[in-house]
Amino acid sequence: MTLVPTFDYAPSLESTPVEIRERYGHFIGGEWTASGSGESFATINPATEQTLAEVAAGDAADIDRAVRAARRGYEKYWRKLRPGERAKYIFRIARALSERSREFAVLETLDVGKPIRESRDFDLPQAAAHFFYHAGWADKLAWATRGAERSRPLGVVGAIVPWNFPLLIAAWKIAPALACGNTIVLKPAETTPLTALLLAQVCLEAELPPGVVNVVTGAGRTGAALVEHPDVDKLSFTGSTEVGKEILRATAGTKKRLALELGGKSAIVVYEDAPLDQAVEGIVSAIFFNAGHVCCAGSRLLVQESVHEEVVERLRARVETLRHGDPLDKNTDIGAINSRRQRDSIIELVRSGVEEGATLVQASARFPERGFWFPASFFFNVAPTHRIAREEIFGPVLSVMTFRTPDEAIERANNLPYGLSAGIWTSSGQLGLYTAQRLQAGVVWCNTFNQFDPSSPFGGYKESGFGREGGVAGLREYLDL
Amino acid sequence: MLEARAALLAKRSIKAVAKQAGIDLLISCLDLTTLEGRDTPGQVRALCARANAPSPGAPPVAAVCVYSTFAALAHSELADAPVKVAAVAGAFPSGFSPLELRLAEIRAAVAGGADEIDVVVDRGALLCGDSARLSAELEAMRESSGHALLKVILETGELGSYQAIRRACDLALEAGADFIKSSTGKIPAAATPSVALLMCEAIREHFRRTGRAAGLKLAGGVRTTKAALGYLAIVKETLGPGWLHPTRLRIGASALLDDLLMQRDKEASGAYAGSAYVATL
Repeated sequence: MTLVPTFDYAPSLESTPVEIRERYGHFIGGEWTASGSGESFATINPATEQTLAEVAAGDAADIDRAVRAARRGYEKYWRKLRPGERAKYIFRIARALSERSREFAVLETLDVGKPIRESRDFDLPQAAAHFFYHAGWADKLAWATRGAERSRPLGVVGAIVPWNFPLLIAAWKIAPALACGNTIVLKPAETTPLTALLLAQVCLEAELPPGVVNVVTGAGRTGAALVEHPDVDKLSFTGSTEVGKEILRATAGTKKRLALELGGKSAIVVYEDAPLDQAVEGIVSAIFFNAGHVCCAGSRLLVQESVHEEVVERLRARVETLRHGDPLDKNTDIGAINSRRQRDSIIELVRSGVEEGATLVQASARFPERGFWFPASFFFNVAPTHRIAREEIFGPVLSVMTFRTPDEAIERANNLPYGLSAGIWTSSGQLGLYTAQRLQAGVVWCNTFNQFDPSSPFGGYKESGFGREGGVAGLREYLDL
Repeated sequence: MLEARAALLAKRSIKAVAKQAGIDLLISCLDLTTLEGRDTPGQVRALCARANAPSPGAPPVAAVCVYSTFAALAHSELADAPVKVAAVAGAFPSGFSPLELRLAEIRAAVAGGADEIDVVVDRGALLCGDSARLSAELEAMRESSGHALLKVILETGELGSYQAIRRACDLALEAGADFIKSSTGKIPAAATPSVALLMCEAIREHFRRTGRAAGLKLAGGVRTTKAALGYLAIVKETLGPGWLHPTRLRIGASALLDDLLMQRDKEASGAYAGSAYVATL
């Protein structure tokens, strides 16, 4: 054989510089302000465990200041503005996000641990797209609300967002809220506040009137203060089903409108006639996108028994080719787990899977000593009663089960309290439609997965929550109709 | 999924030592091609000389690819060189001529010294559903090629859908093709990342089922180092490093070598030379 050079990718680190301050305050009423209590906490890079910045820990008094500022911003400026003027501000934010997208992407990757390829190619373009899309709606709301007698903004919106897509999910809530004439108080996740704070800076530079967008950082109790504040007109929460239920209880009997986007254990149904190579790529994208830290991750795989072995064999080979490692490397497919707590929770559930008798397959990845990591994994020989078949793992772990007939697949897919997304793989159009019509999920993807667009609504069934984000349906959630 | 995955792989960031290694690997896997109606013995001689010594320090290419009537000439020009002679035969590029004539052309090319035979499939047979005839033809061609490698050109740009391309891949592999090849280079629609990925998947599946490792040849439209490195990433991550070798991977091109050599110099010297410093044909 001819001697040829060995070809492997050299490290290719994203080098765009981003300025991170040593400490951050809250962004309230158009100004940076310290916590009333003076307390702060560190946000770290989960790939190195190094502190990125100290961030103010908000308490009920900080939330109260922010809600008051939002109310003032609403009464004094935002509700009085002509809709076309609102649109201009939102366009300005959209353009700033596009122009500074590399900077935002690097910051997101540092704080979340997700691969730069994803923050660069997914989070940032999508976040900007949400602002562009909703800017267009601001002066055309009559078209979104035809048939309604009146349509008015709601007032002050409280938004609580998770750590898996910190900027993007903030954009999902801020953009429609502003387009519809509301003002907003945003509480980013405790472990990932930095891009929300940079977005606040962008709002400041865009000369958004004071109080229209406010950001208060903190942990669960900060969020609870926002939930309990009497002058919040609407709450939009994305996070765990457990916290979602608490919010539902806490807001019962109040004027607050609610949208909850919660957990999931979404099923992918693979029929024997599916193009299996493509299906395997779809499965990989469904469960390993953002290391499985996706509320709509396809974490349960239901394979027709006749092709089960073939699919497992292909998955085994494919998982081995995933590139684990430094999130800032442009060729990394799976980065770090966002926190020690999350990593430990994944380990605990995976252990339960092994103990309950499922067969574990893991990519043979090597990780640095510091940082929080978990290799791409899947289980087969999973019984529907196993914890790994019922509980949300929120990590790069897939559970593979089998079925015999379409109706059995549908029954198994629906047989959980969750219902966020679902996937179908088949070459038969009629089988695809038959299945899609019967799956209880907010989004059903057929022969693809993880397709998002600001014009397409997203949301859950059952305990995955209610309310929609995106599209006309999402827009109407921010209006008093 | 196919297009998304192919786009992701084609965007892999290949820098520094990876780029240098990739460029030399690409040169080693090149089928340096001239397939024009105006080809002359002089042109073929020049091609052979360049194939064996593209540039000081650069490795020789894998093969030259010429019309079957030039196989003997190329064979004698490259008698002492590691470069193989590939000949297109079998009524290239349409494939429309009686089977006996196509087989005779293959036998003549092999007798003239061709180490490898590039044949086209009858796309008409594929599109009208006559796959049994096509299989029989390919098996006959495989037999007529004797000890020479048989590369089967699918002309994917004429097949109309990924499904049809995958069917063509499976059929050619089943019939014993040593390589499956994307395009003739004679129509504008040539190799694309998605088609390359689809062909890799077919080869991978064939290997999984039969244990026979067939090769992949991408041809047509691969003009830049950047695009070619993207194809390396697709092959590497779909078929594995075992396929990053001229025995299993070929790129059929003519202009690509110019850019590879220019980028090679740039990686070594840190600056681009003018195009006048890269010898072309």
